[in-house]
Amino acid sequence: MNILVLIKQVPDTNEVRIDPVTKTLIREGVPSIINPDDKNALEEAIRIREKVGGKVTVISMGPTQAEVALREALAMGADEAYLLTDRAFAGADTYATAKALSKAIEKFQYDIVFCGRQAIDGDTAQVGPQIAEQLDIPQVTYVRKVEIEGDKLIVERALEDGYEIIEVKTPVLLTAIKELNVPRYPSIKGIFNAYNKKEVKILTADDLDVDKNELGLKGSPTKVVATSTPNTERAGEIFTGNIKEAVQNLVERLNSRHVI
Amino acid sequence: MDFSLTREQEMVRRVVREFAEKEVAPKAKEIDITEEFPWDTVRKMAQNDMMGIPYPEEYGGAGGDYLSYIIAVEEISRACATTGVILSAHTSLGSFPIYQWGTEEQKRKYLVPLAKGEKLGAFGLTEPNAGTDAAGQQTTAVLDGDHYVLNGSKIFITNGGKADIYIIFAMTDKSKGTRGISAFIVEKDFPGFSIGKIEEKMGIRASSTAELVFEDCIVPKENLLGKEGQGFKIAMATLDGGRIGIAAQALGIAQAALDEEIKYAKERQQFGRPIGKFQGIQWYIADMATRINASRWLVYNAAWRKQVGLPYTMEAAMAKLYASETAMFVTTKTVQIFGGYGFTKDYPVERFMRDAKITEIYEGTSEVQKMVISGNLLKM
Repeated sequence: MNILVLIKQVPDTNEVRIDPVTKTLIREGVPSIINPDDKNALEEAIRIREKVGGKVTVISMGPTQAEVALREALAMGADEAYLLTDRAFAGADTYATAKALSKAIEKFQYDIVFCGRQAIDGDTAQVGPQIAEQLDIPQVTYVRKVEIEGDKLIVERALEDGYEIIEVKTPVLLTAIKELNVPRYPSIKGIFNAYNKKEVKILTADDLDVDKNELGLKGSPTKVVATSTPNTERAGEIFTGNIKEAVQNLVERLNSRHVI
Repeated sequence: MDFSLTREQEMVRRVVREFAEKEVAPKAKEIDITEEFPWDTVRKMAQNDMMGIPYPEEYGGAGGDYLSYIIAVEEISRACATTGVILSAHTSLGSFPIYQWGTEEQKRKYLVPLAKGEKLGAFGLTEPNAGTDAAGQQTTAVLDGDHYVLNGSKIFITNGGKADIYIIFAMTDKSKGTRGISAFIVEKDFPGFSIGKIEEKMGIRASSTAELVFEDCIVPKENLLGKEGQGFKIAMATLDGGRIGIAAQALGIAQAALDEEIKYAKERQQFGRPIGKFQGIQWYIADMATRINASRWLVYNAAWRKQVGLPYTMEAAMAKLYASETAMFVTTKTVQIFGGYGFTKDYPVERFMRDAKITEIYEGTSEVQKMVISGNLLKM
């Protein structure tokens, strides 16, 4: 199995700051990590390779600093790493990001494209599905289990109140959720090998078969007009008195709000 | 002059810290109470190549540098000083002598499983009557055909009773004094080798500290490490490196205490405001952080000198002296600032204080470090 894993480097905190002018995230000075769902995708890809053989290639689009995330993926056990980095990619929304990534993916032989469900910074969950559409391959999202049977996969897809079992042929795009597995730690030997024996190859816009107007801010239909923090005016309410009275009051209140 | 860590060292710190916070820290309190040796954690460290960080891949190690190993000891000790010393004693004391003085056969047979973490290592120098005066070895080794016969005992041996492979020092020629001491690689199952008393300790309680007993213990001739008479030199040089590990352990403990202290100073309210608003507390925090930073650079500098092949005996002694005394200072003051809460087991700071004390004692007391430092300067 040739598996391409798409990872994103994200800020390691929920307290991200937003540039008041451009309305985009300020990444400087915030520690960066591999997006958690992407790590589940990478872990599963490595497990599949350990079971049936093949190759795991990680691809990330981002600034040059994203190289660290790719080195970490190599330390976890990925075979090859590619960084898509170019000013032409800057300011991309999910559509333009999916465009650039799918153009990069076309340069590889692959059976599975594995993504995380969504990134903790943007939380859109759009890039994976859009790539599948652009590549015109089937997709299974919210994957919590994968089994390989020849050239087809038996995949469990999590739903809110259960799961579906889906049989799908490769090539296919999957998006991972955290229930899929517990990612391994990069091994210490893996860290040294990631820097001394492996390399992160750079791909620029010129390496892709794409019109640059379809990339970055120019290729993004999304325009951020304004961002704001919603005011939450929810207040807790404490019911006092003896338990019987308190429960009765609570039930009445829930009834009046049509909660029960 | 460049004080920045390499990219590998940065990643080692990040990864070991995450491992320590998730896998090591949650068990620290419990094993401190039960004194149960954390085998589970040791196995997990082995899985992630942490048991042989500075040794080459061909000998089962991670192929890393010495400072990366030291950073790993620091980060593990920040979560649990018990686990930190298991790692340090295994890597610096149990494995290093074989890496440095072992024959190719000895490295294949012993260093490979040690560096892979399949086997655990220990180091036996201290005896009931040979502590700071390590030259006063009473354990003897007599050559008898194709093997040596060892008689005597060792005490306070870290990883004792848990380790598979021991570096043991014994007199092969009493008439030659320190030049009559030799080093041996002893397997736990060699006939005549047994474990005596297991110590109950004030700190690092889940680490095993044991007496080793040799009664006509048979050690094959090929398990002599280095040459006959080279033992004292091997012991002293090994301890030079071991001290950097203990200094890193002390550094980790001190950092853990400071982290708790900063959190507490923001949360704890007295006189209507967080205690961190009081200058008395602010000054303590400033002193703690300054001494920790000074310790860190002493420790990293000693590790760097070892890595690049510069002399580091004095620097290792300085690092251990300063970092261990800093750990004691920081943890004692942290308990004081926590007040009554600090004295209880509801907070980890009393454990930090108990764990810190041993760093001023083992692998050479603070007084021994001062002997080493002044000896290097006075050359008298």
